[in-house]
Amino acid sequence: MTEKPADTKEYWRWQEYHRVVPGKTWSDKNLITAGVDVGSVGSKAVIMIDGEVYAWAVTRTGSNSPDSAIKVMGMVLDGTGLQQSDIKYTVGTGYGRVNVPMANKAITEIACHAKGANYIWGSSVRTILDVGGQDIKAIHCDETGRVTSFLMNDKCAAGTGRGMEVFADLLKIPIEDMGKVSLSIEEEPEPVSCTCVAFAKTEAIGLLRKGWTREKVIAAYTRAMAIRMANLVNRVGLEKEFVVTGGQSKNMGIVNRVENVLSVKTLPSPNWREGGLDPMIAGALGAALLARALYLKAQGS
Amino acid sequence: MITAGIDMGIQTVKVVILKDGVAAGKAKAFSGFEPTKAAEQAFAQALQLANVKKEEVSMVLATGSGMDMAPYSAGNVSMMGADAKAGVFLFPSARTVIDVGAEEARAVKCDERGIMQDFVVNERCAAGAGTFIEAMARALEVKLEDMGPLSLKAERASPINATCVIFGESDVVSLIHRQESKPEIARAVFDSMADRISSMVHRLGINPDVVLVGGVAKDVGFIESLKRKLGISVLVPEDPEYAGALGAALTAASRKKGASK
Repeated sequence: MTEKPADTKEYWRWQEYHRVVPGKTWSDKNLITAGVDVGSVGSKAVIMIDGEVYAWAVTRTGSNSPDSAIKVMGMVLDGTGLQQSDIKYTVGTGYGRVNVPMANKAITEIACHAKGANYIWGSSVRTILDVGGQDIKAIHCDETGRVTSFLMNDKCAAGTGRGMEVFADLLKIPIEDMGKVSLSIEEEPEPVSCTCVAFAKTEAIGLLRKGWTREKVIAAYTRAMAIRMANLVNRVGLEKEFVVTGGQSKNMGIVNRVENVLSVKTLPSPNWREGGLDPMIAGALGAALLARALYLKAQGS
Repeated sequence: MITAGIDMGIQTVKVVILKDGVAAGKAKAFSGFEPTKAAEQAFAQALQLANVKKEEVSMVLATGSGMDMAPYSAGNVSMMGADAKAGVFLFPSARTVIDVGAEEARAVKCDERGIMQDFVVNERCAAGAGTFIEAMARALEVKLEDMGPLSLKAERASPINATCVIFGESDVVSLIHRQESKPEIARAVFDSMADRISSMVHRLGINPDVVLVGGVAKDVGFIESLKRKLGISVLVPEDPEYAGALGAALTAASRKKGASK
């Protein structure tokens, strides 16, 4: 008898990648700017040519913000032929924004997400739900992507990307399948009453022991988290058009349920798997746009 | 008269045998997967310590989150009611009882008879309960019982904004990477928890004297942080984790007395 190897699969791992928009070229005449969003869980970078997205990269944040910024910047430059010195202005944003070594300025991720959403979905966007690694933010903005009001959760992992990672590991479901799995149930269960991720370790096991399927457990948790998010959106004031940004925007289980609770449809998102803009890069994208505006302002034109 | 109280906690089951107004026997056991069995074990042990036979116990009442699973019990006492009763029994001047257990924290306002007037509970969040200290001790690679004494060595607290166990774990890891001292991190853990508890107590209104009970009340680090945050002294009984069971046993005694009148 051979011993069964311990399950060392990292269910929480999500795809790290970089992409260069095909068919785009640059020269010295172009204004090249960058945005680097060092989040608590993911680091994102975007390079823009004259205000249009040229390349982006998404990676996991390490234990140190400067290293994560350098890493994601290296990834985004890869394959573009650009050097760091070709970038005229860089804005850092996100949880680690003050620790982005190449940044000329740091701007809060709230402003950047609104700007980024305005670019990705257009000027009709008014309400943005940004679900990141450790924050949930509801942002209201005007037609130029300027923030008019916002709210964020207090530091609680329930509903955040980090919380979902813990669930993925706990239930042994790859994180990128969590949404699909949570929707593969016949009847939506009641949401769990306790959303605390620390307690979920014992509570979810209790539910499984009671005979609940993994699908049902994850559906009940996803629903409870979607309700938290929807409450935040309602408090900031839901106005159409509505979009979801951040890593969790890729979780269809979350997006679907938030839509249900709020009785509103989100604007259709580009398909990032097929080359479309990734809603996870909204913050970095907004930062790159603001970098361009700041550079032009400094040049006095 | 002999009565007993069983506190069916999430992590441990506690039993108190009360004989003529004195806690004559106390015992506890890990709740585990069979809390009823654990309670039976603790009950037998407490009887033995009190030198009392099971038949001599005139009434058993249960409390704690698993109270419906308690053996021998004639009924339940709310956790807040038990806290109030025990708090005033232990310290007659007590008017506020704070109970911090493994997974829950609450504060109870009571009168001089030990009758609960009002209460607040934390909303099932691990950051305001013993679980938080346990998780942080694991992240720090420090034994749970060493956390308190360790924190007392610190002059200041590390900058930590952990108010969630999940984020706290990664916060602590990065603090260790930055070579912050362990005592200062430990103190930050207690401070952050005491912050949470103290804002909860403020919602209720602080009515001195304040008594702290529950398993976490055994932690000197937490007691110190809570005193600092509340800005007043806090009374802590011996064996604070038995307060719930004591409150249930006391309630049983007064019910018996009432019935015999």
